[in-house]
This record gives sequence, structure tokens and C-alpha cells, in this order.
Amino acid sequence: MKEVIVVLGGGPAGMEAALSLAGRGYKVYLVEKTNALGGHLACWDRLFPQQEPAQDILNELVNKVRAADDRIEVVYGAELQYVKRRMRGLEVMLSNQTLLQADAVLVACGFDLFRAERKEEYGYGIYENVLTSADLERKFKERKVVCADGRTPEKVAFVHCVGSRDEKVDHTYCSKVCCVTAVKQACEIKELYPEAEVFNLYMDLRMFDRYFEQMYHKAQSHYGVHFVRGRLSEVSETIDGKILIKTEDTLLGRPMKLTVDMLVLMVGMQACAGTAELAERLDLKVSASDHFFETKDLFLRGNHTHAKGIFLAGACTGPKSLPDTLQDARSAAESIHRYLND
Amino acid sequence: MHERFANAYDPFVIPYMIGFVFVIAYLIVALCYVVKSLPMSDKKKMVKHLFSYKIFITVKDIFADCLLHVKIWKKNKMLGYMHASIAFGWFMLIVVGHIEIFFYAPHRVNLPYYPIFFRYFMMETETTVGGSVFFFLMDFFLLMVLSGVALAMIKRIRRRLFGMKRTTRLKWNDQLGMYALWSIFPLRFLAESFTSHISGGSFLTRGFGMIFDWFNQFLNNDALIRPTWWAYSIALMVFFLTLPWSRFTHILSEALLIYMRNAGIRETNRNNGYASVEIYSCSRCGLCLDPCQMVAAASLLQMASVEFTRNLRWGRKADALEAASYCLMCNRCVQACPVGVNSVQLKLNLKGASVGYRYPHRYDYVEAEAARPLTTTSAWADILLGGTGTEEIGGKETALEAAGREATPEVVYFAGCMSHLTPRIEQAMKRIFSAAGVRYTFLDEDGGICCGRPLMLAGDTAGAEQLVAKNTEAILKTGAGTLVCSCPICYKIFKDTYKLEGVRVLHHAEYLLQLLEDGRITVRKSAETGVYHDPCELGRHSGVYQQPRDVLYRVLNLHTTPYDGKDALCCGHSIAAEGMPYKKRRMIAKDALRKMMEKPVDVLVTACPSCKRAFAEVGTASVKDIAEIVCEQLVWPRTTAHLQK
Amino acid sequence: MKDFGFGLKKSGVIDLDQTDWTLLREIAAEEPSFMNCFYCGTCTATCSAGKYTGFNLRRLQLLIKRGQWDEVARRIPECMLCGKCQWVCPKGVNTRHIVMLINKKLHARKIC
Repeated sequence: MKEVIVVLGGGPAGMEAALSLAGRGYKVYLVEKTNALGGHLACWDRLFPQQEPAQDILNELVNKVRAADDRIEVVYGAELQYVKRRMRGLEVMLSNQTLLQADAVLVACGFDLFRAERKEEYGYGIYENVLTSADLERKFKERKVVCADGRTPEKVAFVHCVGSRDEKVDHTYCSKVCCVTAVKQACEIKELYPEAEVFNLYMDLRMFDRYFEQMYHKAQSHYGVHFVRGRLSEVSETIDGKILIKTEDTLLGRPMKLTVDMLVLMVGMQACAGTAELAERLDLKVSASDHFFETKDLFLRGNHTHAKGIFLAGACTGPKSLPDTLQDARSAAESIHRYLND
Repeated sequence: MHERFANAYDPFVIPYMIGFVFVIAYLIVALCYVVKSLPMSDKKKMVKHLFSYKIFITVKDIFADCLLHVKIWKKNKMLGYMHASIAFGWFMLIVVGHIEIFFYAPHRVNLPYYPIFFRYFMMETETTVGGSVFFFLMDFFLLMVLSGVALAMIKRIRRRLFGMKRTTRLKWNDQLGMYALWSIFPLRFLAESFTSHISGGSFLTRGFGMIFDWFNQFLNNDALIRPTWWAYSIALMVFFLTLPWSRFTHILSEALLIYMRNAGIRETNRNNGYASVEIYSCSRCGLCLDPCQMVAAASLLQMASVEFTRNLRWGRKADALEAASYCLMCNRCVQACPVGVNSVQLKLNLKGASVGYRYPHRYDYVEAEAARPLTTTSAWADILLGGTGTEEIGGKETALEAAGREATPEVVYFAGCMSHLTPRIEQAMKRIFSAAGVRYTFLDEDGGICCGRPLMLAGDTAGAEQLVAKNTEAILKTGAGTLVCSCPICYKIFKDTYKLEGVRVLHHAEYLLQLLEDGRITVRKSAETGVYHDPCELGRHSGVYQQPRDVLYRVLNLHTTPYDGKDALCCGHSIAAEGMPYKKRRMIAKDALRKMMEKPVDVLVTACPSCKRAFAEVGTASVKDIAEIVCEQLVWPRTTAHLQK
Repeated sequence: MKDFGFGLKKSGVIDLDQTDWTLLREIAAEEPSFMNCFYCGTCTATCSAGKYTGFNLRRLQLLIKRGQWDEVARRIPECMLCGKCQWVCPKGVNTRHIVMLINKKLHARKIC
């Protein structure tokens, strides 16, 4: 009989890890707290850097998980309650009172998006035409990218680093994917409305991965997106429902104001709400600096924890792009395989 | 009673006399110094006070504060007893001791050491009722002092018994003074006991003396008598000689402080003689430590007021200035100080001396702002015509808007710099003005001139005055009879420093209450539970405690916390504390939020944009301004319902 | 020889080899958050004074770090110390303290 592995989280990391483990012949319980697989991927329209539809990737993953139903059992609407160490392996209790005897547990619970309301001066939740990047993605998905009153936006601004690199909300880290997402969404707005003026307010453009820099180049040269190096200080609403934003053009060294029809806040990633609690139940360490789970090291044990038999994958160990998450999931599966066969 | 020695002298009085003469000389010099440094008007006040009937109040206050320590009693009975027993007991020993002299050796009144060593120089020849009464009183007060000293010793080990979590750490000079003080009365007790078979005594000294006599029959000499009197005298000398350099200087200066305060002398904006008296009146009792949130929540023990006054006293200006730049100026320590040292004012003065007066300011640009025409009319025109009257048509203002401009607004609204970063507060106020049909002008809608309070809190009074002048001009120009502001920092300076003749200054919490009481707005009560956080500048600094609560009773279920009113906690983000690192501010905010939300409620309500942001930054709790809560619960009248967005 | 007038002009090049770092070091010693700045410009965007004048705290901090004090001395008296910049700063820089320290240090050097 093959060993049993419990995977917590049915997002891309959880699914990809479950598939890798099942492929090696292990029995996998994939525990998802909602009633559907997919995580944040299910909310996205198209993916950087080449505008692939998110749905295609999600469908492929979900179909493969379904096809492997002899090896992968998906448990919906359940969360971890406790883990007890037994003579051999771990006893895992779920919130729906299912008791599983496991040999390893993989935590792949992902991330939460930053709650933009926390930056009150950015007006999210106060002014109707202030959106988050996730809100805009939903609009893309619904094929209805318009202002609150139904008008076509003529001017759109994207604000980078909302809830990232910000000590005031205790998020001192970079969320990695917001820069490239903002460039992607800016291009998509221009595709939809070629006449619109689109502005990106950035602090640093972190175009680190394959094809990212080319996207930035295309945004400037092909789409004519404006890039302004400066961080938003505050917004207010004009009498006709437009958004007046204040920033500094730091390259010119002068304060700048700009009225837009739509303001998009590029919300960063944060450790998901139950991280501290889960860490306590599983005896894991949480980073005091970014509040994500701590891995055993950053090199050869990047999926290991300090607790025996418990592994980590995906954005629960810090912000990751989708390609990075999928690779991390496969690497976690390999780590578990080596652990069980040592 | 008879004198034992015709010359009424023994060498052991010399140490005491050295100390005594030294203290008297020090007192005279110090008093001259203090008076000299005062401005003429204050000097006059000091002399005048001596001959006014108010001097009786001063005597009463000195008796209550310096001897009975009434204020400390109110905090903690054990602590109160400890302080009062030593001070009052000692005082009574001196008083009764002098009366004894008048009775039994009136010709020795001019010898200052005589009452101190009375028992050594006198012998009891016959037991009289009067003598027994004196003996009893002297023993009684000695016991009182001894019990106080015993408690003082216990306090060093078990301070929680005295209601204190923290106490001051003592440096060598204070330790020397303290050990001298602790030893004076046990030594006096021993000396009087050993001598009691000659001088007589009551239950305490004679009682112990009899036990000693029993031992003495084996030794059969009085060898211990003179050494103990010597030791007693030396202990007194050490105490007196260290007095000007120890915490016990307060015994002398506190009475002077009360006198000066009652004479009407106050801290000016410079640390002069009055400030010195305050500094020397700090007894380092440590009662300011527990209330100080820098100490309690951010482990900044060295920044506490008691350490600040110490650094100021010893001329360690850099350290004192650092403490002043960390201080939140929340006034919790000033409120806790039993002596009434206004350390916050001392800090402000120190900042002023190091910052103010000498920097050039270039605020001429504010002319442009003050000269800006008022562009904001109000919803009142909309209400009259049921339309959107303030809209511009083709770049030109409407006739209605022009009419609105000519009409004098009822209210001038000044949101303040911070409120621009909390748009919910501004939005709520605008809606409330609309619902109430108030004709108002929003003075700093597009950003304005700072009120000047931040400069003042940085010690820069001269700079602040320039801004005060400009804003005064702008406010008076509106012709409005009421100034409503959303930021307590602005409120404080508008109310205390600005000369706005004919203009009522209200914080929006007060204004909302007035609108509710006048029936200009109506609200419904929600099922939500909440607690109210008193912002320092509105509460302790301006005394506005009840009005916001009267508003909140109408809109939600207001719960109380142990940190209501005068005991309110600071959010840690005071504009005064320019030097405190952000991480420490967060620690204070987090701790305060946790304490106030100990019993969970739906919402934490405050009345200050800074406090609101501070608490919102550190947690997930719902934090709202009082204006937002009222706005949410507004019942819109039919005439203005179209203005509700 | 013909004078083209070039010789009198001060070079526009910031010569980091000749830079005086003392002001930077002194301020950083008294207010360590001075070194936190990543020049996002939020302080300048929100600045109450910056609306009317060329006051730009981000630039002034950078000028000190490059040893260019002249403009700093000219501009620093325009700050009203209102503290908005401190609230919006994402790096927790104690901006008000820095302005006060710049004032103090330049004054001590008789520049301001």
C-alpha cells in the first residue's frame, strides 16, 4: 500500500502538487475550504506575460485532478482542525470530522489580497470609481469595463505597490506580480479603448521574469501607456464623480495632479488570514518580517518546514507568480517523495 | 524635668549643626536664585500673596500636599500612608519637640539642636501627667515615622503592594540620601530607648529601654548611649548635606512650588525659576511611570517624565531633549503627578529654547492661500431649489452660486491637514451639513495653511504665530459665526491661541451634538456596540469629554472602558513626538487598541483623524470617526434626500 | 586669449569625490529613519507647502545625501511641520524630525 498525503488548499499549487504526487502513486486527499477548486486563478481573466486565458489553465488542472480520482480524493468545504503525531505518520482531523491517517501533509493555502480599504486616503470603498486590480480583472472577465455610471473610461490610472513595500500596513515586502499585472491590465485597457489615456504610477518597475521587460516595452511603444515614477499620496472626488489624484513626478521633482475616470489599485499579496492559527496547529514557524510561513532554508530545503512530515508549497511562503507557484508545487512533491523514500 | 548638663552641649551635636547650617544657607541661596530669575510681575505676585487672605489656602495646601499627601492617598492607601506617615510624623516630632522645650527649658529655645537631642540633655525627676502626655505623643509620632520607613523598605522589594508596577531606579546620590533618611529614625529610636532610664519615655522608647536595661544589668554601663546619639547626629548630617543633590530636595521645594502656584505664577514659555522649583520638586516617586505609555507599551523607560526632569536637573540637555522629542505630550504623567509638575510644559520650553526664535521662516507663500477667493458654496442653495446649484455651466458660475457666494456662510469648516488623509470624515461632514441645511464654506477643501499647533508642539512659537495670523485673516474674512474643525489638534490652537472675535470654535463632535439638540438633524440608533476613545488633544488638553458621548448615546450602544475620559490612552501618533521611531508608535497604538477592545465591541469610535489612522494601521478592528457614525445613522429629511449619495 | 565666459561657471556635475558627508552622518545618527527613504515622493505629493512653493522633501533629503546643501538651506524654512508627510510615508521616516534637524544643523553651520 502506498503512503497517504494530505494537501491543504485546492488552488494551483495544491492541484499541481496533488497531480505530481498521484503520478508517483501516492494517495492524495486534496482539502479545499470552499466548494470549488481554483483559488485566485478562478477570478482572473487573462494571465501575463502572453495573455493566456486563465480559464484554460484552470480547466486543464481541474480536469486532470478529476481524471486521477482513483488517487486524488477532493474534500470540499473543509479545513484542518488538528494534526497529531502517531507512531507512524500523522493523524489529521478535518473540520467536517473526517479523520485521515497521513504520512505527510502539504500546506498550499496560498495568499490573501491586501484589503485596499486599509489605505483610507486612496478612497477604496468611498469613491465608486476606485477599484482594485482584482475588481478590474472581474470586469474584464465579464467583458464590461466601464465606470460606475456606465460611461466608457477616458482616463485610467494604475497605482502600483498598494499594500506592498509599506511599513504603515506592516507589509514591508514586494508582492512581485503587481508591476507586471499593472502593465498587463494597462495594455488590456488600451486594447479595449485605444483612445483612452492610461497612466501607471510606479515606484520601481520590477520586470524581472521572462518576457516581462518586453511587455513593458510594448506598453510604452505600442500602446502609448504613460509611466510616472511616483507614489500616490491621496485622492478625492470631483463634483462629476471623477477621481482627483495627487502624486509627485519624482523624475521631474514636481508635485502632480491628475483627474481620471477610473483608478485601479494594484493590491499586493499578504499571508492568508489563518496563517498564524495554522502555524500553531502544525507547529510551523511564521516570519516576523512578512508573516508568511518560514521554510527550513531558502536553498535546498525550500519546501521543508521545521516540523517533520509537513511541507509547504506556493504563495503561502511569500508572493509568487503563477509559473513560480506551479514549479514550487512540483518541487514540493519531489521533496515529499524523497522524504518518504529515505 | 531637669537639665543634665549645665553647658547644654555635647560634641555629638556638631555633625547635626553642620548639616543644619548648610541646609539653611542652601535654602536662602536657592530662594534668592529663584526669585531673581522671575519676571518683575511674578516677583510682585510673590510678595502680594504673602499679605493676601489666600495665604491661608496656601498653608492649607502645603499641609495637605506636603505633609498629609492627600493626592497620593487617593491613588493608593498604602502608598499614601507611607508618604504621610514619614512627612507628617516627622513634622509633628518637630512641633511637639519644640513645645516640650517651651515647657521645660524655655531658656534653650535659641539652641537649634536642643529639641533634636532633648532626651539626652534632660532627665526625668518625677512623673507628671503633662510629661506623660508629651512622652506619649513623641513616641506615638516616632512609631508613625518608623512604620512609614518600614513600608518604604518593603516598597523597594514589593512595589505591587503599593499599586505600582514600576518604580524609579536610584542613582548613588539618591541612595545615599535614602539610606540616611531610613537610618535617622531607627537611630533616634535606639538613642532615646537607651537613654530612657534617665530621660524617661513612653510605651515605645521606655518599653524597649526596659528590655535593654535587663541586658544592661549584666554589662552594667551606659556605653551604648553616646555612640547612638552620635550615629543619629551623623545620619542627620549626611541627610542634610546630600539634600540639595538628592530626590529629597522636594521636601523643601514642594512647599515653595505650592506657594508660587497659589500666588498665580505659571510656567511661561521659558524654563525660568518657577521651572527650577518644579524640577526640584520632583520626588522621583515614580507615579508617572505606569501611566506613561512609552514606558508601559514601548519599553522606553529612559524617556519617562521622571527621567526627563532628572536629566534637566543635572544639565544633561541632550538626553532631556531626546526625551522631549519622544514625548507624546498626552499629559497622562502630568495628571498622575502628586506634586503637580507640568513636565509637558517643561519639555515644550526646552524644545522652544533649542528650536524656536532663531530660525528664519519663509511663509510668505501663504499669502496666496489667504487671498484665495472662497469657492465653496454649500448645499443650502440646492435645498432651496431642489437642484444641483453649484454646478458650473460653461466654465462660468451659476447665478445661484454667485448668490451663494455673496451670502455670509453660517459655518466655516476647517477639516485640517490630517483629515485630508481620512476622506471618510470629510465626506461624512459634507453630508451632515447638507442634511442639516447648513450654509457653510469649506476653508481648506483644496488643502490649506497648517493651523500652527504642530509648530508649537515642536517648540517653534514664532513660526506658529505667522500661520496663526494668516489663518485668522482667512477665517474672519468668511464672516461665519461658527468655526467647525475635524481635527482636535487644530481645535486646541483655534480655541486657546487664535483671537477669533465673534466666532465660536467647535470641534465637530460638539457641533454634531448641537445640531442634534437643535433638531436640525435626526438620527436613528443602530444595534451596534462601540467604545469611545478620547483623543488627547480633545480630552485632556481641551476638556471635551461629555459632548461626543452625548452624541454617541443616540446612535449606538456605547460601552465604557477603564480608559474613558481623563484616563484615556494615547494612540501613540501624537504630532508632538517627532523623534519617536515609527515602530515604537505602532507598539503604543497596538497596546492601546488591545486594552480598549478587551471586551470586544463592533466599533471603536474616535474624534480625531490621527487617532483613527493610528488604530486602523495596527489591526483589523473597525475604527470610525464620530462623524462617520452619525452620518451612517442620519435620517434624511425629504427636502434634502436627493443630496444623499 | 578670448574669454568665452565658461571658466566662471560652476560645473553642474555633482562631484561625489568632493562631497561633504558630515550633515548626512549627523542627521542619520540622530534620526536613523533618515536612511529609510526610497524616494517615492509621497511626502512631496501630499505636502501642504508644496502646493504653493517648490518645497520638496524627497529632493531635499537626496540633496543632503549628495552633499548639495545650498538648495536645502533655501527651501527648508518653507516647511510648516504639519506632519502630513509623516503619515503617508511608506517607510516610517520621521520627516518632521528630519526637517527640524536639518534646520538645526544648518543653523549651527550658519548656512540657514
